[in-house]
Amino acid sequence: MLVHDNFHTRYPTNHSSSHRHHRSICLQTHASINRSILTTTMASEDSTAPAVFDTDAANCLTKELRSTFLAGKTKSYEWRSSQLKSLLKMLDDCEKQICDALFSDLAKPEMEAYIHEIAMIKSSCKVALKKLKDWMKPEKAKTNLGTFPSSAEIVPEPLGVVLVISAWNYPLLLSVDPVIGAIAAGNAVVLKPSELAPAMSSLLAKLLGKYLDNSAIKVVEGAVNETSVLLEQKWDKIFYTGNGRVARIVMAAAAKNLTPVVLELGGKSPVLVDSNIDLAVTSRRIVGGKWGTNNGQACVGPDYIITTKQYAPVLIDSLKHNLVKFFGEDPMNSPDISRIGHDRHFARLKKLLDDDKISGKIIHGGQTDKSSLKIAPTIVLDAPEDSLMMSEEIFGPLLPIVTVEKIEDGIEFINSRPKPLAAYLFTNNKQLKEAFVSSVSAGGVVINDVTLHLMVDTLPFGGVGESGMGAYHGKFSFDAFSHKKAVLYRSFYGDAPARYPPYTPGKLRLLKALLDGSLFGIIRALFGFS
Amino acid sequence: MTDDHEIRRSVEELRLTFKSGKTRSGDWRKAQLQAILRLVHENEDTLFRLLELELGKHPVESYRDEVGVIKKSADHALACIDQWMSPKKGRLPLVFFPASGKVLSEPLGVVLIIGSWNFPITLTLDPLIGAISAGNAVVLKPSELSPNCASFLANVLPSYLDPKAVKVIEGGREVANRLLEYKWDKIFFTGSPKVGRIVMAAAAKNLTPVTLELGGKCPVIFDSLPNSDLKVAVKRVASGKWGACAGQACIGIDYVIVEHKFASTLIEQLKKTIKRFYGDDVKNLKNHSKIINKNHFDRLRSFLEDPAVANCIVYGGSFDDTSLIIEPTILLDPPLDAEIMNEEIFGPLLPIITVDNIEESVEFVNSKPKPLALYAFTKNENFKKRILAETSSGSVTFNDAMIQFVCDDLPFGGVGQSGFGRYHGKYSFDTFSHEKAVLERSFYFELEPRHPPWSRFKLEFLRAAYNYNYVGMLLLFLGLKRVSKS
Repeated sequence: MLVHDNFHTRYPTNHSSSHRHHRSICLQTHASINRSILTTTMASEDSTAPAVFDTDAANCLTKELRSTFLAGKTKSYEWRSSQLKSLLKMLDDCEKQICDALFSDLAKPEMEAYIHEIAMIKSSCKVALKKLKDWMKPEKAKTNLGTFPSSAEIVPEPLGVVLVISAWNYPLLLSVDPVIGAIAAGNAVVLKPSELAPAMSSLLAKLLGKYLDNSAIKVVEGAVNETSVLLEQKWDKIFYTGNGRVARIVMAAAAKNLTPVVLELGGKSPVLVDSNIDLAVTSRRIVGGKWGTNNGQACVGPDYIITTKQYAPVLIDSLKHNLVKFFGEDPMNSPDISRIGHDRHFARLKKLLDDDKISGKIIHGGQTDKSSLKIAPTIVLDAPEDSLMMSEEIFGPLLPIVTVEKIEDGIEFINSRPKPLAAYLFTNNKQLKEAFVSSVSAGGVVINDVTLHLMVDTLPFGGVGESGMGAYHGKFSFDAFSHKKAVLYRSFYGDAPARYPPYTPGKLRLLKALLDGSLFGIIRALFGFS
Repeated sequence: MTDDHEIRRSVEELRLTFKSGKTRSGDWRKAQLQAILRLVHENEDTLFRLLELELGKHPVESYRDEVGVIKKSADHALACIDQWMSPKKGRLPLVFFPASGKVLSEPLGVVLIIGSWNFPITLTLDPLIGAISAGNAVVLKPSELSPNCASFLANVLPSYLDPKAVKVIEGGREVANRLLEYKWDKIFFTGSPKVGRIVMAAAAKNLTPVTLELGGKCPVIFDSLPNSDLKVAVKRVASGKWGACAGQACIGIDYVIVEHKFASTLIEQLKKTIKRFYGDDVKNLKNHSKIINKNHFDRLRSFLEDPAVANCIVYGGSFDDTSLIIEPTILLDPPLDAEIMNEEIFGPLLPIITVDNIEESVEFVNSKPKPLALYAFTKNENFKKRILAETSSGSVTFNDAMIQFVCDDLPFGGVGQSGFGRYHGKYSFDTFSHEKAVLERSFYFELEPRHPPWSRFKLEFLRAAYNYNYVGMLLLFLGLKRVSKS
């Protein structure tokens, strides 16, 4: 029973194989002291009691990873690059399985699965592989006259053992993309995929177990209980993708161990649409970014549109036109649109639609089907500010349109709300563009397109305020999982006596000159002129 | 004592000021930095007096560790601020053409800085320089344990800096707790891990990012050195232990590791240096700071109450209750399970730990939480590499101590138990900024395969796009390449 080909455990579960498995993690870690556990395991072999991922199991898990990390295995360039290469191979080998899992969890069209998940992480892997040597190199730092003669550098080092908690809407991307950063930076990692995308969760457990180094990278499946148990452990970084409510719990738990966190949250990302635009392109980009991107269930998805009263009807017509073009007359049965993630989420969206405050304001769509978890692309005109739909992040196929008198009022509207993860503007007006970029605070800003900044690895991706903290993608991922160690090299020469007691007025003058970096002042002080 | 109402009014006023956009302008930021320069310049003598009164700091020490540091930081910020504020270009792949990407640093909003008592000017004004450079409105809460400096800041700062955008709120734990109930856009805390945890837990309620500047037991690894280097090295150790606020410094030396056979040589040299720097009469110590208050004084004394520890004293050990001065004290090989070897000492007691081979120091350091700074005096290049690769700390300084603090180009901050986040120079600016990603596209050249309805062609096209295979994209577009069937 110690030989197992599947290193992960799914918790909680009734499978005795899982139970065997998590015990075996302990056995491998400290076999010498675990005879009793072995006996227990043997004894419970036939029982059907569920294996619980409890504190003991979590202790075993982090202990093993910590010993791997302390052994220095994950620090080498070779280890990091071999893991990234294995990930790439996994993505090539298993594209079909991945697409199937995404279809099972979200009815995600293959194209979306490929563009938004598989291709994204392949490109992350490739960028990391290409740049890793550069990233790992110490960065030279300037030193000043006060420390002369000296040299300085900044050495990136892995933080240690890190936890990645991922979300269900992009269950592959949001799991593997942070893991790429953690591996590139040389950490040991535990990934906790979302239990709300069960097919991808178990596939990740299986595939990462098969392709990656199990002594340093582990998947723990499970829900609230398992996450709570994981959060009791001491991590060197926690990377969480999800909502603000859970993020607060994660950060409070991290505070107990002084663990730094990256919180990738969401928010109501607005789209401000001016009237002097290329309507056809704008509308396609909005429809693609809203409904063609996991049917609105994306953290950077457009949440609502703001436009002027006069322009709203024109824009709405065009949106409707493109909806039909993209998804046909019967979007409820279109193969090109994802479904709602799960029951609870469906119920929440239904509640937003059933809100009295928006009755009569649905101008397109509105159909729902509980059995297939489908909701049609829906446009709502002038949803009141205090409606549910305008108070919480929608995260689904409903698109409210807010109208203003002047387009500039849109900026005020956005700034009166919590800072979103993304803010979008379509315009040809240079002044409006400048005002928007400088005064709207959001994780990222895109002009004349939506969601696209997510794909640019030279731009940091992350939130601000209610949309989170910390950033990743490309080099930013490496940095998120690295400590930048300041290193100063001094020789034994060039000692300024002024640093040391006994102190004299002359020393004070010299110090002033030294800290000033003024060579002239130093010479004057040394020669005793003041 | 600041009451609730006053705090609320202050925070509301700062929000309004920030919202007005005033603090965002480069001119405003520069004017404030210049005002800080004027403040320390015009009040230099007052500051020397207050620091001497509160901590017994000699004016030269006060200049080196406080006034001078602020002057240097403000000068550096003034020289660099235009460059810091200008957007950074992000390189974009051709598939996005035509487009431009940049990263814009924007202020976070209204931030809270909680200072510490050991460097009451540096640890409040240095973060303030970062917060102002980045264009934030600020509440500064100095430590109540250095009340004179706190009052000085509260009384004098408003006459130099824009009082609508920078406020000093004095008070102790109660005021701090009340401040922590407000929603801040960043909290910058310098202090102990215990309070650090409270600050972060409070910040979690509002998803406020924090920078925690804590401390830890900063070790010195002292290799056996030839006589000429030994003298310089010991001067630097003595200065790094006793020269900065009598060891009450977060990057101050906590203990020394040395080879057994070299220990007596090191101790003899230390004794000589102590006598030269500070004298040997606890009643008449020169150039040596006092302990901040009776509590800390007693805490330090309690380290030595354990007879097993007291027996290890090889130099010093006198305490003067009236002046709160503790003599530079050296302990040789105190028990490793004693409190003094498990808590941050933060005072003028220096344990020396001996090992058979200096290489063993790496394991010793690694058996303890990650310190804010690690110092190693050695000429052995391989050993330097090993220390760098195998230990973890906020910073590493070879052949010197403390001096990394004045390098504007080096990030200053901890890791693990010594905190997280970093500042100094550009890092201070970044700590108080949000790096906003800005992508601008035009309406031309729409890549149609981005959008549904999906087809095999679109999939192949996007595969080529993601591989930046432009030839493949072109061939597909022109219909010259077959779409694979699967």
